[in-house]
Amino acid sequence: MAFAGLYNYWIVVVLMMIGFYVVIAQGNLVKKIFGLNIFQVSVFVLYITMSKVDGGTAPILDDRYQVYSNPLPHVLILTAIVVGVATMALGLALVVRIREAYGTIEEEEIEQQEGELP
Amino acid sequence: MISAHLPALQVVVPLLAAPVCLLLRNRHAAWLLAALVTWATFIIALGLLAQVADRGTISYAIGDWAPPWGIEYRVDLFGALVLVIVSGIGSLVMPFARINVEREIPAERIYLFYVMYLLCLTGLLGIAITGDAFNLFVFLEISSLSSYVLISLGHDRRALTAALRYLIMGTLGATFYVIGIGLLYMVTGTLNMADLAQRVPDLLHLRTVEAALAFLIVGISLKLALFPLHLWLPNAYAFAPTTVTIFLAATATKVSVYVIIRIIYTVYGGAPIFREGILNEALMGLGMLSMVAAGLVAIYQSNVKRLLAYSSVSQIGYMVLGLSFGSVIGLAAGIVHLFNHAIMKAALFMALGCATQQVRAVSFDDLAGLGRQMPVTMGALVVGALSLIGLPLTVGFVTKWYLIQAALQDGAWLAVIVILASGLFAVVYTWRIVEAAYFRPLPEDREEVREAPLGMLIPLVILAGACVVFGIGATWPMDLALAAAESLIGARP
Repeated sequence: MAFAGLYNYWIVVVLMMIGFYVVIAQGNLVKKIFGLNIFQVSVFVLYITMSKVDGGTAPILDDRYQVYSNPLPHVLILTAIVVGVATMALGLALVVRIREAYGTIEEEEIEQQEGELP
Repeated sequence: MISAHLPALQVVVPLLAAPVCLLLRNRHAAWLLAALVTWATFIIALGLLAQVADRGTISYAIGDWAPPWGIEYRVDLFGALVLVIVSGIGSLVMPFARINVEREIPAERIYLFYVMYLLCLTGLLGIAITGDAFNLFVFLEISSLSSYVLISLGHDRRALTAALRYLIMGTLGATFYVIGIGLLYMVTGTLNMADLAQRVPDLLHLRTVEAALAFLIVGISLKLALFPLHLWLPNAYAFAPTTVTIFLAATATKVSVYVIIRIIYTVYGGAPIFREGILNEALMGLGMLSMVAAGLVAIYQSNVKRLLAYSSVSQIGYMVLGLSFGSVIGLAAGIVHLFNHAIMKAALFMALGCATQQVRAVSFDDLAGLGRQMPVTMGALVVGALSLIGLPLTVGFVTKWYLIQAALQDGAWLAVIVILASGLFAVVYTWRIVEAAYFRPLPEDREEVREAPLGMLIPLVILAGACVVFGIGATWPMDLALAAAESLIGARP
């Protein structure tokens, strides 16, 4: 069935939209950063899904296996995961500094404080 | 011998210098190393440009893995020009940074500043040199992550929120880019740009390839600060340390323009996608909106740094407009504006930085009467402002001349009007700075202000001089841009 066959892609789209929505709609900066992370993770799933071959195994040189999944996207995503972790760490570090400077991590309250500045 | 490895050295030298800076832990030693490395990258970039002009496009296989399997570094005229712009601005910023950073960043964090600076430089150079679409994403993130840190070093607490906003928008943009590359990889099975360029133009009818283009363009437009995706830029530039503002304003958005041109003209083969979809109308419209809307907003700013930031958004519109014509002359105007805007905006922000060094210049009142007290700095500011307006004998005029020619060739009368109107906005907002500096009396309570230190003035004078020199005898950047545009468009069958 076409729908079930594309099951992973539906997960990707749903995750992506959840992440995107959280980034836009949440006023809490920590939640925003996590939304961003969910958004990135959905792309990881997209890459892993596209490399999957039905019945394929890991690319090991052995006579018993003929069908392999494409290993390249996995490697790419390994890199992207590192980037994602770095982004999240930096984002959260910035939120800590923002809390020290403003005493809040709610976007509205920060904007209110900034509005009073020249 | 070593000249064959210049493409790798271009990126590896600053990349390795960054952790060494971290280990040095001494701000003077870190500055010296960062400066030497930055100047070395500039020499390497000039060497690459000479090689490309001499022998044509260079292809360098990293680790001897032949492309398209291995990562390829590919330097053509356009790439070499961008490398020269980025490393050249980086080199000019270094002497300025030594004095400016001492004042704006706490002493114990200065060596960390140079670590981030070198990483940012690495990322920007890497984007311009790599021939691999995914590798480009990695460099994009190296430069982005380090620039978020650089921006957050500003002493105003709003620098933190500006950096976080940029982080969120920038990450969304980069992730969109990755989605686009993923979709292209799904269809073509390759990540090498030259390889993609051979396959993608035949597959344009596929929905996946169209969707990939949309993701790529939107993602890069976020990094590029194309209206209406520019919201992160004004605060990020306004509250970052001055050195960072100069460097990012002159290089980061330019490199993003480079990426968008690469995607459209190299990977997607340029003309065909312009003929079918609405891409060129969309880019043209957004480019013109950037020019007008950001120009109008700039007029009403009270913070001078933010005014110049909005002016940057408006100038990015010029570049996008230039590339949206799809003609050699339009693309060449866009490319030459990369160069022109880099030097004029660097000169403007640097002049403002020199003023900030001596007085707390953030509003127009702080600038009052400075024209008499700091004649060199304000003189350079005026030269930069005239370039921004596009007066003859400055670099800004060269861009406008070719841009209007391209618009007339295309019969786009609206574009001609918008180009002229946005020049008028530039007159209004730069006049406000000039008026404050030259025609307002000195405030009563202002003590004696001296000219900025020589280490800051020399790079400033070089930049302002370049605005005029290339404006009068602007042959080589324009020739180079024309040749680069021809090779980008003409290589298609």
